[in-house]
Amino acid sequence: MAKQYETVIGLEVHVELATRTKIFCGCSTAFGAAPNTHTCPVCTGMPGALPVLNKQVVEYAMAIGLATNCRITRVCKFDRKNYFYPDNPQNYQISQLYLPIARDGYVEIEMGDTKKKVRIHEMHMEEDAGKLVHDEWDDTSLVDYNRSGVPLVEIVSEPDMRSAEEVIAYLEKLRQIIQYLGASDCKLQEGSMRADVNLSVREAGSSRFGTRTEMKNLNSFKAISHAIEGERERQIELLEEGKAVIQETRRWDDNKENSYAMRSKEDAQDYRYFPEPDLVPIVISDEWIQAVKSRQPELRTEKLERYKKEFDIPQYDAEIITESKSMADLFEAAAAICKKPKKVSNWLMVETMRLMKEHGMEPEDLRFSPENLAKLIDLADAGVINSSVAKEVFEKVFAEDVDPKQYVEEHGLKTVHDEGALRTTLEKVIEDNPQAVTDYRNGKEKALGALVGQTMKAMKGKANPGMVNQMLREMLG
Amino acid sequence: MANKISDETIEHVGILAKLELSGEEKEAAKADMERMLDYIDTLNELDTSEVEPMSHVFPVHNVFREDVVTNGDNQEQTLANAPLRKEDSFEVPKTIG
Amino acid sequence: MDLLHLTAAELGRKIKNREVAVTEAVKAALARAKELEPEINSYVTLDEAGALAQAEAVQERIDSGELRGPLAGVPAAIKDNLCMEGQLTTCSSKILSNFRPVFTAEAVKKLQKAGAVILGKTNMDEFAMGSTTETSYYGPTKNPHNLMHVPGGSSGGSCAAVAAQECWYALGSDTGGSIRQPSSFCGLVGLKPTYGTVSRFGLIAYGSSLDQIGPVAKDVSDCAVILEAIASHDAKDSTSVQRKDYDFTSALVCGVKGMKIGIPKDYMGEGLDPEVADAIWKAARVLEEQGAVIEEFDLSLVKYAIPAYYVIASAEASSNLERFDGVKYGYRTAEYDGLHNMYKKTRSEGFGAEVKRRIMLGSFVLSSGYYDAYYLKALRTKALIKQAFDRAFETYDLILGPAAPTTAPELGKSLQDPLKMYLGDIYTISVNLAGLPGMSVPVGRDSKGLPVGMQLIGNSFQEKTLIRAAYTYECATEKQYEVPAEVRIGARIAADRAGDLRGSGGQTGDAGSLASQAKTELPEVQPKSGREA
Repeated sequence: MAKQYETVIGLEVHVELATRTKIFCGCSTAFGAAPNTHTCPVCTGMPGALPVLNKQVVEYAMAIGLATNCRITRVCKFDRKNYFYPDNPQNYQISQLYLPIARDGYVEIEMGDTKKKVRIHEMHMEEDAGKLVHDEWDDTSLVDYNRSGVPLVEIVSEPDMRSAEEVIAYLEKLRQIIQYLGASDCKLQEGSMRADVNLSVREAGSSRFGTRTEMKNLNSFKAISHAIEGERERQIELLEEGKAVIQETRRWDDNKENSYAMRSKEDAQDYRYFPEPDLVPIVISDEWIQAVKSRQPELRTEKLERYKKEFDIPQYDAEIITESKSMADLFEAAAAICKKPKKVSNWLMVETMRLMKEHGMEPEDLRFSPENLAKLIDLADAGVINSSVAKEVFEKVFAEDVDPKQYVEEHGLKTVHDEGALRTTLEKVIEDNPQAVTDYRNGKEKALGALVGQTMKAMKGKANPGMVNQMLREMLG
Repeated sequence: MANKISDETIEHVGILAKLELSGEEKEAAKADMERMLDYIDTLNELDTSEVEPMSHVFPVHNVFREDVVTNGDNQEQTLANAPLRKEDSFEVPKTIG
Repeated sequence: MDLLHLTAAELGRKIKNREVAVTEAVKAALARAKELEPEINSYVTLDEAGALAQAEAVQERIDSGELRGPLAGVPAAIKDNLCMEGQLTTCSSKILSNFRPVFTAEAVKKLQKAGAVILGKTNMDEFAMGSTTETSYYGPTKNPHNLMHVPGGSSGGSCAAVAAQECWYALGSDTGGSIRQPSSFCGLVGLKPTYGTVSRFGLIAYGSSLDQIGPVAKDVSDCAVILEAIASHDAKDSTSVQRKDYDFTSALVCGVKGMKIGIPKDYMGEGLDPEVADAIWKAARVLEEQGAVIEEFDLSLVKYAIPAYYVIASAEASSNLERFDGVKYGYRTAEYDGLHNMYKKTRSEGFGAEVKRRIMLGSFVLSSGYYDAYYLKALRTKALIKQAFDRAFETYDLILGPAAPTTAPELGKSLQDPLKMYLGDIYTISVNLAGLPGMSVPVGRDSKGLPVGMQLIGNSFQEKTLIRAAYTYECATEKQYEVPAEVRIGARIAADRAGDLRGSGGQTGDAGSLASQAKTELPEVQPKSGREA
């Protein structure tokens, strides 16, 4: 390409709030119920039903707004967004257009050494829609309203991002803040955090915005990156060919790695917003804002500092552990049980991170309990199992949250400390490896290592390598 | 000022309202709307520049409920009036996306 | 004993004193309804078995001492836009012709708690959109005072049922006059409370910022008793107001000395039928004789209320009615090709012409490019209208005027000119825009014998002032105009049509045929009229 193009990206992030009940009714938000069980006349749009606002939703929204440096709108209202779709039981969504709860904030992201502010245009509360399941055979769709009415906060950024990396950094930062507030568990894969990407391109150096498209159905950071790359290319190609980019909504297919336009003529795209007459305005006082601020749980920066002081772990370790609240909570809980924070930190930073990377997992996806991690650490410390056995057992704890004590018993993994039994094995090893013995006696330290290795093999790993090493030295003189 | 409603506008409003009008009905709808809008235009005689739009008639605000589960399993009630039901869901023609 | 002519309170007392059994009262009403319904068509659903079962249950609760209130055991009718669990609730529309709600409206629940026996659901203009009850899917209701005339709307069925003595009282709903206007056309006392006084939970919404539920009654005392039973602060309705006073019956006292009553000049001028005007002035003089101070004044902005109302009501209605789409409940078209086709056909087939007209208008005024010019403009006008009333109430305790510019029009004359029909709402509509309480009281008859009603408008939360003034008027005139309808029908027709009415709907007869049959010269059957003084 002769020309250089700049990608301009804005994000609309929807976050499912961690309330017990829905935004406008007392139905449970708990996941996994049979279809249409967590429903009532309000969230299924029955005639005569009326919405009543969940106060916790407002407080979470305020908390997120405050933590992202927004101005809280002191008098805010709800509006109806009218459009027909089966997952929308009233065929209007109660949202906020004219007076959203928070505006004009920002989030700071770090790209290597550079810091950048991504501005937040506005943030508002709204209700989620139900779920549609497509029946391939019958050419029909099935509607489940369990999710209808679950509270959402939508965070709309300014088009401040310029690359997929910046987008990911922004999402990770938002997620960290919101998780720390306890407002949502922000799991992209589960849909408690959803990102729609608004992307346009322009020639480098231009200050005018190009026509942007909106992309939906991005269920992982990988998909988001791919989608951004793909859409950038598609738009550049159009422009290079002298064609115009059409403003439209596109659905990303991560399997096929391309997108296609979603809307048809039947979607008029005129939402006819007007103030929701069934709800009254929300007036937010200084006192209320103060109360929300004071109830704010320990945020990342504070936690980081406290970990350094209280647990005497280095900055680098503390940074990694507090990167995600789930990880931090795991750390603190395990440390409280075994009272060995440095060891816990080590297990998290090395083995846990390794396995997470291998399985492409996020900290929120960790399934093992602090109790079992603590137990494992205690077992290793007491020498009941050696370090390589410990790693092996940990993989089981990581995958299935097994009780390490039980597992070690069942699989006979305890380190053999019986000198007598060990001596017998050692004698055999020495006998079977004359060359190594000779090499060692001639000064080759490495040869000892080989003998230790052979011993460990013979002992099926259940010896204490340090002890084996020591005994060999004794026996070989 | 006579309002003129075009065919496109009636089409568009029909799509927004999900109403299908026959040729005749469209003509009647156009005529009706034009008359209503002409009548509604009398509001332009009023100087409303000094007043805010009033959506709620009384200054009631901050009506909330606590975040406590009060509803149980209402599957049967929810599905009781379903025009077309498949197991535990409402069945509709296939949706895109 | 003739029970049908009693007021609800009078019947309630007789039941309490064990002079009358609840079942007796219910049977009397059912018999009456069966006799008259083929002509009047007040009910969409007459629930004979249900009513009799309720009667037994209520009698037990009375006998055990649990129910002591004034309405215990008194049979009532409920407008068909109020949800009742398990009971057909249709809004007189095809699109809900098979709908049975899974919950009961709060106002109805309160009546049930007070021991009401619900006889059935009454006919209305489809989705409460209309002023004559002629847009009903189940055919028009007739005015019991003259079967060639409409009862008014949209609570025409409720009013006709009370006027024809098919029940002792009813609930209606009022968005632009739908309780007050038909009450005046049928010679009844009807009240629209201050917005937020009665919970809207379970009222199938038309204009959410305007709707209120209220009583349709034979006299002011009944009206106050019913209001007291149904008014409450309901946590399920965010627009429900916590009032300081709910003791409306305490206002049932005679005496308006010193009460300042204003009559808007604009209400009494051009467009008002002279016979109606006469009756209103007469009524004003009665109150003056009782010590009130009557004065004419400039209300201003009167002519802007109607366009503002229709913009706001249609806009809200267009949104409220979007939920009727054949997906979750109600009618779904039989054949369709894809989702949007299903939506369009279901709604086009399920809604009547007036509903579609208002949905189109409402969608238009909210649409992009027109929102500011129409919707916001209407909301600003609404604010000005409220201010005008606020100013008026700085001087006056009450505003008095007609409830409608005419008496009940003839059947079949109103729907061809919707705009003209809308203009008939001129006196009632601004009261909804400002959220004020309004009451209709019978004050005369025209030369055809059709009832005339006056409207009393109070400041917000001033129902007691209305009740006191209306009660005083009643005392002073000895309830002269609160006379049940003399329903004139052909005997032969009544006998032919005495069929099973329970759960029936779907009379799609045209407005003209039944009326013309009624003209047949036959010996007239006159039900007992007049009341014990």
